[in-house]
Amino acid sequence: MPGSDSTAHKSKSRRPKYSQFSQQELPAFKLILTPGYVISTFIVVGLIFVPIGLISLFASETVVEIVDRYDNECIPKDFRDNRVEFIKNKQTNKSCTRTFTVPKQMKSPIFIYYQLENFYQNHRRYVKSRSDKQLQSKKNAAHIRECKPMGETDNKDPIIPCGLIAWSLFNDTYGFSVKGKDLKVNKRDIAWGSDKNYKFGADVFPKNFQVGDVGGKSLNSSIPLSEQEDLIVWMRTAALSTFRKLYGKIEDDLQANDVITVVIENNYNTYDFKGTKSLVLSTTSWIGGKNDFLGVTFITIGGICLFLAITFILLYVIKPRPLGDPSYLSWNRNSTPTPGR
Amino acid sequence: MAGNRRKKHHFSRIHAFSCGKTSFKGDHSLIGGPGFSRVVHCNDPESFEASVLNYSGNYVRTTKYTLATFFPKALFEQFRRVANVYFLICAILSFTPLSPYSAVSNVLPLVVVIGATMGKEVLEDWRRKKQDIEVNNRKVKVHCGEGAFDYTKWRDLKVGDVVKVEKDEFFPADLILLSSSYEEAICYVETTNLDGETNLKLKQALDATSNMHEDSNFQNFKAIIRCEDPNANLYTFVGSLELEEQQYPLTPQQLLLRDSKLRNTDCIYGAVIFTGRDTKVFQNSTGPPSKRSKVERRMDKIIYFLFGILVLMSFIGSIFFGIATREDLQDGKMKRWYLRPDDTTAYYDPKRAAVAAVLHFLTALMLYGYLIPISLYVSIEIVKILQSIFINQDLHMYYEETDKPARARTSNLNEELGQVDTILSDKTGTLTCNSMEFIKCSIAGTSYGRGVTEVERAMARRKGSPLEEEVTEEQEDKASIKGFNFEDERIMNGSWDNEPHADVIQKFLRLLATCHTALPEVDEENGKISYEAESPDEAAFVIAARELGFEFYERTQTSISVHELDPVTGTKVERSYSLLNVLEFSSSRKRMSVIVRSEEGTLLLLSKGADSVMFERLAENGREFEEQTKEHINEYADAGLRTLILAYRELDEKEYIQFNEEFTEAKNSVSADREELAEEIAEKIEKNLILLGATAVEDKLQNGVPECIDKLAQAGIKLWVLTGDKMETAINIGFACSLLRQGMRQVIISSETPESKTLEKSEDKSAAAAALKASVLHQLIRGKELLDSSNESLGPLALIIDGKSLTYALEDDVKDLFLELAIGCASVICCRSSPKQKALVTRLVKTKTSSTTLAIGDGANDVGMLQEADIGVGISGVEGMQAVMSSDIAIAQFRFLERLLLVHGHWCYRRISSMVCFTLKMLIDKLG
Repeated sequence: MPGSDSTAHKSKSRRPKYSQFSQQELPAFKLILTPGYVISTFIVVGLIFVPIGLISLFASETVVEIVDRYDNECIPKDFRDNRVEFIKNKQTNKSCTRTFTVPKQMKSPIFIYYQLENFYQNHRRYVKSRSDKQLQSKKNAAHIRECKPMGETDNKDPIIPCGLIAWSLFNDTYGFSVKGKDLKVNKRDIAWGSDKNYKFGADVFPKNFQVGDVGGKSLNSSIPLSEQEDLIVWMRTAALSTFRKLYGKIEDDLQANDVITVVIENNYNTYDFKGTKSLVLSTTSWIGGKNDFLGVTFITIGGICLFLAITFILLYVIKPRPLGDPSYLSWNRNSTPTPGR
Repeated sequence: MAGNRRKKHHFSRIHAFSCGKTSFKGDHSLIGGPGFSRVVHCNDPESFEASVLNYSGNYVRTTKYTLATFFPKALFEQFRRVANVYFLICAILSFTPLSPYSAVSNVLPLVVVIGATMGKEVLEDWRRKKQDIEVNNRKVKVHCGEGAFDYTKWRDLKVGDVVKVEKDEFFPADLILLSSSYEEAICYVETTNLDGETNLKLKQALDATSNMHEDSNFQNFKAIIRCEDPNANLYTFVGSLELEEQQYPLTPQQLLLRDSKLRNTDCIYGAVIFTGRDTKVFQNSTGPPSKRSKVERRMDKIIYFLFGILVLMSFIGSIFFGIATREDLQDGKMKRWYLRPDDTTAYYDPKRAAVAAVLHFLTALMLYGYLIPISLYVSIEIVKILQSIFINQDLHMYYEETDKPARARTSNLNEELGQVDTILSDKTGTLTCNSMEFIKCSIAGTSYGRGVTEVERAMARRKGSPLEEEVTEEQEDKASIKGFNFEDERIMNGSWDNEPHADVIQKFLRLLATCHTALPEVDEENGKISYEAESPDEAAFVIAARELGFEFYERTQTSISVHELDPVTGTKVERSYSLLNVLEFSSSRKRMSVIVRSEEGTLLLLSKGADSVMFERLAENGREFEEQTKEHINEYADAGLRTLILAYRELDEKEYIQFNEEFTEAKNSVSADREELAEEIAEKIEKNLILLGATAVEDKLQNGVPECIDKLAQAGIKLWVLTGDKMETAINIGFACSLLRQGMRQVIISSETPESKTLEKSEDKSAAAAALKASVLHQLIRGKELLDSSNESLGPLALIIDGKSLTYALEDDVKDLFLELAIGCASVICCRSSPKQKALVTRLVKTKTSSTTLAIGDGANDVGMLQEADIGVGISGVEGMQAVMSSDIAIAQFRFLERLLLVHGHWCYRRISSMVCFTLKMLIDKLG
C-alpha cells in the first residue's frame, strides 16, 4: 500500500532535496590551536611588529618640532592680573616678540601651526552652528536657519559666513624673521582641496561679517570664501579640545642654532575660558608629524607576542599535555558527575 | 453496511452497559435560566424567532489577525519587546532638535526590524488562513426544504439547520443526533481529534426522533431545542427537545461534536445547535502560548544591563554638561564666549542649566543608542530562520513511508533543543505505532509462535549477541497483514489438526473469532474482510483468528457468523452462533465475556481477560494447563507482550435463564448503581471456567525507539512516559523500550488497590479522598526512603504512578515530595493520566526544576502537555493534526528526536551563542 501511494505522489513528494549545503555536509576546516600553531603565530607576529615599531619610532625621531606657548608671555606685566581686560581692550598694543633657537636643521617645507587647548570646537551647539549651503553658493545667502544667534544682523541682513564657527575665527598673526631677514610665510594651499573646490563657493563673498559683536578675525569682503583659506581651515572643526591648525608654510630650510624671531599679534581671547595658545613649527617625515605612539604600540604588541611565545615554549617543554585528552573535560575532572548541564 | 438494519433490543446487548434510559434529572430544571438560555429552532433557521436570536454563523477563523486588525495588533505585539519601545521613543525624538543625528538614520533600522518580524507574522498567518479557507469551504448536505438535502459550505451553516452527515465525514458543527441509518438511531463516533482516544464511541438519538430514516421525513419536521449556553466542557450537556408539544431531555448521548468523525454508520441526521466559535472544540482551544528560549531570555537580561550602562553614561554625561553649561555665564561674564551663552536656546541655557541637562540626557540616550544592539534581533531572526530551514531539509529526519519531512513550526526554539533536560513522552502513537500484532499464543500448555519482539531484540543486543538481522528483514516482508506477525507451521494453514490437543486449539480459535465486539467490513471488490474494533488488541485477535482459519465475517443483531475450517473434511464451513449476551470489558472487571448458543444448541460462555482475574475463576477441572500457561505468560511478559487468558464454560439451560432474567432486570433498573448491579450478576456466572490458553500481543514499538532512548539516556536526558494506558501496558512498554530493565527496583504508587476500592464505595466522599491521599502520601514517603537508602548494588529505581494517585500527588502540599522522588528515579512512568494531568506534570517539572522540558506526543490529548512544555514536539502520524498544530516542531517518528536534539539542538545552540557573543563583543569594541 505505501508503495503504490508513493508512486502515485512521486511528483509531489516532500522529500527534501539532497545537497551538501542543505545537509550541512560541506567540507569544513576548523583550526585546532595546537601548541605548534600558537607558538609560531606569536613568534611571527612578534618578529614583524618589533621592527615596524622601531622603524616608526626612528622616523618620528627625525621630525624636528618647536612648540612655544605664548599666551602668558604675550601679556604685558601690568595686565598680568587682568588678562581678559587686556585682550578685550581695543586700545592696547597686542604685539609681542618671541625668539627661539632651531635645535636641528629643519628642511622645507616647515609647517606652522597654532595650537589651542581647552577650546571646545566639538561642542554640539558650536559644531552645528554653520550653514554649508550658504558657504557653497551665492544663491543660498538667506540659508541661515542653523546659524542662530549669528545668522543675521540687527536689521535682518544675513551674515555671510554665518554661524558661531566662522564668527569665532582665530585672529592671531605671526611674522617670522631669521638674522634680521624676514621669512616668507606661504598661506596658500593650507586647506583641503575638496573644501576649496566644492564646499566653499568661489562666488560667495563675505558680507556683514563681524559687524556689531566682533568675535574673531574679519574677512576681506572682496575675496571669495574659496580663497579664504584660514577660514576654511578653521571651519573644519577639531574633534578634541586640544588641537592644532595649520597656519602656513615656510619654504626655506632652517639651520641648526638659527635664532628665529616671531612677532605675534596676540588678538585671540582664550583667557576667558582659561585656554592656552602655542605656536608650533614642525617638519614632517613619511609617518607625518612627530608621533611616538605608533612605534611604541608596535613594539609593545610585538614584545608581548614574543614573551607569550617564549612562555608557551617553556610550558610545552616543562609540562607537556597530550592534545585532546578527555580527562581534562569539566565533567570528567571531578569524580562526582555533575547533574544535567 | 446497507443491509444492517438491526432490531432495537438486540443491538443494545452488544453494548450492555452503555445504553441506559434517560430521564429529566436535576440539571434539566436549569434550562431557560441563566447559562442555559440557548433556544434552537430546528429546521427553521429562517423563521422570525430564530432570526431574533442572531447566533453567529459557522465561519471559523484561527488566524491571529484580520486585514483590519493586523496593523494595530501586530504593532502592539512588536512593541512588547522592550528594545523596540526604546527605539520607537528614539525615533520619535529624532524629529525634535534633541536628536544628535538625522531622523532617517534613527527610523530606518526600526522600520527594517519591525518590518521583517511583521513580515514573518504575515507569512505564518497566511498559512493559517489557507487552512481556514479549506475548512470553511468543506461541504455538507443540508436540508433545504421539501425534504430535499443539498450540499452547502460549512461556513454557511446556521443554528437550527438539519444536516445529513455521511460515513467518515467530520461533523461540521455541534449537532444533536436526530436519527441515523441504523434502525435504533445509534451511530459510532471517533473523537481522536478531541481527546486522542482511538476507540469508537456510541451515540444514540432520542426515541422520539429515531424513526426518521429518509430525507423526506424532514419535510415537515419542526422542533425546538433549549439548551445550555456555549461552554468548554466536552463531557456534559444539558438540554431539552420540544417536539409536538412534548418535552424530551437531551444528554451528551445525543451530542455530536465538531471535529469528530462519523464511523461505521452510513449517515446520520442532526440539528445544528452550536456553530463556529460556539462549538465545544473552539471553546476548548486556547491560543498557543508564546514560548521564548533561554538564550533569548538571557539576552534580554544582557540588554537590560546594557540599557543600564547607557542610562548611567547619559546621566553622568548630562551632569557634567549641566555643570559646564552653568559655568559658561556667571555674573554676566561669559566663559566660553565662542558658544554665545548669553544668547541661546533652552538646550544650552546657562540660566536654566538643569533643564538643559535633562534635555541633554535625552540626546545622550539617543547618541549612545548603539549600545542597544538592534541589529542583534534581526541577525538572530535570520539565523534562526536559516536553522529552521536546515531542520526542515534534513534527509535524516524525513520519513519515506508517510512522505513527511521534519518541520520546525516556530523558529525561535531551535537552540533550546540543545538544552533539553527532561523529555515527557506520550506512549501511544509516539513510542508505539498504535498497532497491535498477534505474535504468540499458548494453547493447551504449548507455546506457539516464533516471532521475535522488539524487546527480545533489544535484550539480545544488550547481551551482545544480536539476532540475525536477515531473519527480521524477511519477517517484515511477510508480515504484510497488519496486526498479524505470527508464524508457526504447527498450527498455520490448518495443520493444527495434527497437534496433540486439537480440540482445545479449535475451541481457542473459535473463542478468538466470537468473543469480541468488533464489526466486520467486507470489501465488495475482492471479498476481503477488515474489522472495525474498539481497541487495536481486539482487532488483532479477530485478524489472528481469520488468518488461522476462523474467519469472522458477519455480525447480525442476534448472531455471529464464522467461516470455520472443518478438521474432518478440511473445507470451510459456515457456522453461526446466536449471540445471547455480551458482558462488556471494563477496567475494573479486566475481562469480557460473551454468551452464545452454538448450532448444536450448547450454551457457551466464552471469556477472555487479564491473568490476575482469570486464574481465580477457573474450575477445578479446568486447571489442566495452568502451570505451563503461567510459565508462558511470564515469558511473554518478559518479552514485552500483552497477554490475555482465554477460557470457556458450558452453561446449562436453567442457569442461563436465571442469569438472563437477573441481568436484564439489572440493566433496565433506573437506580444509579445499575452498572454495579449488572457487574455483580455477571461476576456470578463468570466462574468455573476451563482454561484454553493465552494470547500474546505486541504493542508494536516504532522503529528505532529503544536505540534512540538509549542514546538520549547516554546524553543525560531523562525520559518520563505519561500515558493514558493501563499500568500493566505501560510497564510492558517500559520494558520494551528499555526504559525499565531487569534489576531495576520499581516503586509502584497505585490507588487501584482493593482497599482503596472499598474506600471509594464508602458514603463519606471527603473522608475517602483524605484516606486515599494519606495512602498515596505514605507510598511516596516509602519510595523516598527507598531512594535515600539506596546503594548502587540494588540498582536504580523506577517510579510508576497511576492517574488517581497522581491527582493526589500533584496537590500543593505533596507535589514537592513527589517531584523529589521522581527526579531521583531513573525512569518515571505515569499511567492512566488525563490530558490535564499530563500538562500539570509538565508544568511541575518545568517550574520546580527550572530545567528545559520537551514534550512529545501525537494526539489531541497531548496538546496541553505540548503547550505547557518549553518545547512541544508533535509526531505527525496518522492520528489527527491537533498535536502537530499546537507543537513547535513536528517530526514523523520518535527516533528522529535523537538527531533533532543531539545534532540540530547542539549546533543551533552553539551557533546562536557564538553569534550573540560576537555581536556583543563588537559593541564593546565600539565602546572602546
